[in-house]
Amino acid sequence: MTQKTVDRAQEYVRIEAVTKRFGDFVAVDGISLSIFKGEIFCLLGGSGCGKTTLLRMLAGFESPTSGRILIDGQDMAGIPPHERPVNMMFQSYALFPHMTVESNVAFGLEQEGLAKTEISRRVAEMLDIVKMGEYGRRKPHQLSGGQRQRVALARALVKRPKLLLLDEPLGALDRKLREHTQFELINLQEQLGVTFVVVTHDQEEAMTLASRIGVMNKGQIVQVGTPTDIYEFPNSRFVADFIGSVNLFEGQLVEDEPGHVRIRCAELDSTVFVDHGISAAPDAKVAVAIRPEKIELSREAPSGDENRAHGVVKEIAYMGDMSVYLVRLDSGRVVRVTIPNSERHADQRVVWEEPVYLSWEPSSPVVLTV
Amino acid sequence: MSTRGWFRHTALALGLAFLYIPILSMMVFSFNNSRMVTVWDSVNSPTLRWYVRLFENEQLLGAAWISLQIAAMTATGAVILGTLAGLVLTRFGPFRGRALLSAMTTAPLVMPEIIMGIAMLLLFVSLEQLIGWPTGRGMLTIVIAHITFTMAYVTVVIQSRLAGFDDALEEAARDLGARPVTVFFRITLPLIAPALVSGWLLAFTLSWDDVVISQFVAGPGSSTLPMEIFSRVRRGVSPDINALATIMVLIVATGVVASTVWMKRQERKRLLEEQMARSDAG
Repeated sequence: MTQKTVDRAQEYVRIEAVTKRFGDFVAVDGISLSIFKGEIFCLLGGSGCGKTTLLRMLAGFESPTSGRILIDGQDMAGIPPHERPVNMMFQSYALFPHMTVESNVAFGLEQEGLAKTEISRRVAEMLDIVKMGEYGRRKPHQLSGGQRQRVALARALVKRPKLLLLDEPLGALDRKLREHTQFELINLQEQLGVTFVVVTHDQEEAMTLASRIGVMNKGQIVQVGTPTDIYEFPNSRFVADFIGSVNLFEGQLVEDEPGHVRIRCAELDSTVFVDHGISAAPDAKVAVAIRPEKIELSREAPSGDENRAHGVVKEIAYMGDMSVYLVRLDSGRVVRVTIPNSERHADQRVVWEEPVYLSWEPSSPVVLTV
Repeated sequence: MSTRGWFRHTALALGLAFLYIPILSMMVFSFNNSRMVTVWDSVNSPTLRWYVRLFENEQLLGAAWISLQIAAMTATGAVILGTLAGLVLTRFGPFRGRALLSAMTTAPLVMPEIIMGIAMLLLFVSLEQLIGWPTGRGMLTIVIAHITFTMAYVTVVIQSRLAGFDDALEEAARDLGARPVTVFFRITLPLIAPALVSGWLLAFTLSWDDVVISQFVAGPGSSTLPMEIFSRVRRGVSPDINALATIMVLIVATGVVASTVWMKRQERKRLLEEQMARSDAG
């Protein structure tokens, strides 16, 4: 996970109460958001959550039904796409099939009316940056998927935009190429100092790329934060469940102190003790979220009579770097636990149908009220 | 040979015979020495005398020249108007009267030609009375009438090409700073060029062999080739018409074969290049 320091004083894009309706369908529902200069901001959400519509409104292909969008302090209302200081990399890449790689990249500069020599100099320079210098004379159909992606990126970046919009930038690449390209994208972004807004449905992609993530659901932004914030401190059942995998237990507050809380969950045979306070009504129905990697598995009963459960191992999936255990608790609930395979020999590991104890630290559970 | 193979070969042979025997017999009889179209003069045939006669026939050659000009002008006009109509129907989203426009542009596809012809004639006559234009009937009125009915076909061809076209390409061009007019001429037009070419050829062919509509809106001295042939055939088929038809068939066949071979070759080259790109790492 990359953690970048972003100058929060410098707001570059400001989205104010933007709503977009298509007939009766509300695609974007009153979103307000600030995007800072030089950051990689990811809009993450499932299909139909409105993330692409929001991106298209930034580019100028759609106009908000209500609300305002300001880029660098300027209201974008009524400004057509070709006059915005914004460029976009399309999901399909949208390379012009009848032009060579060079002409594709030069197209945007020609619209600015630059001199021919200046255009060819900047095109060559940009193709070198994306390592496509040798392919200038090829047509898009003569390129592989990864090469097309880089040409699309070069074409958008050669205009030196302050803001680059990327629609599922790695969606069309195979897995190995994706990982490599992710890091290339981050390097390029740092090198050129462009603000990136990335739309993706892939949480792994968002986690690696983003300095901040905005999780979207049903046209609204449900949480904004750094990848760590979103993962470790989700603010709702939706976010906890959407990002990574999580064990969610519904329960009731039985003790609510400023420094700690106790929650009783029907599916767990002990109370859950959390070492920080929360803001919720007394006796409120809450959910406890515990990440699979924060649960420990042992044969012996753990000390203390809280933050523990007993069950039987039902499934083990060996993933190489770690193993996933599905444990059926005495209440019948199946809990997911992941254990890193830090040792090579597996003599000590628990096996199928073995009774085990689960336990976790008081700092591990996240209490969710919504 | 299995029963199925035998059946397939017979079906193919019969099908081809059904389609091509009339044309072949016409071609064969164009080399017949006899003045009677239906009697084969086995003594003096084959001969090229009808071809010679044909090229001495100023009237037929003149009609062919008129037809060629009309077809070229019609095709060009129909492609321009058809492109505009196709663009409006696929790109302007839902607007008031869109369904009506769509129905009206394609109506000539199902409209009986004879009705189109009468309607056109009435229009031209009353226009001349009202505003004095077009004066009389001639090539201009034929071209206008032909554009009207061929445009429907061109619109359908161009509309389907535009519908199968990735909108993101035009959006990308706009995003890169191109004004709508630039987007049209540098991105949209080159990409629908194949549809423009096939639309042009379609309109050309339709105009080239139209008799019914031309009959109504033609004036003295503007007889097209099909009209000329038709009036000659009424007085009895003469063998030089066979010769003319043979030449036309050969020209069309050469064009079709050449373009098919060219397209096949392009397709193969493209596939090969795509394969090479995939095997290229990265």
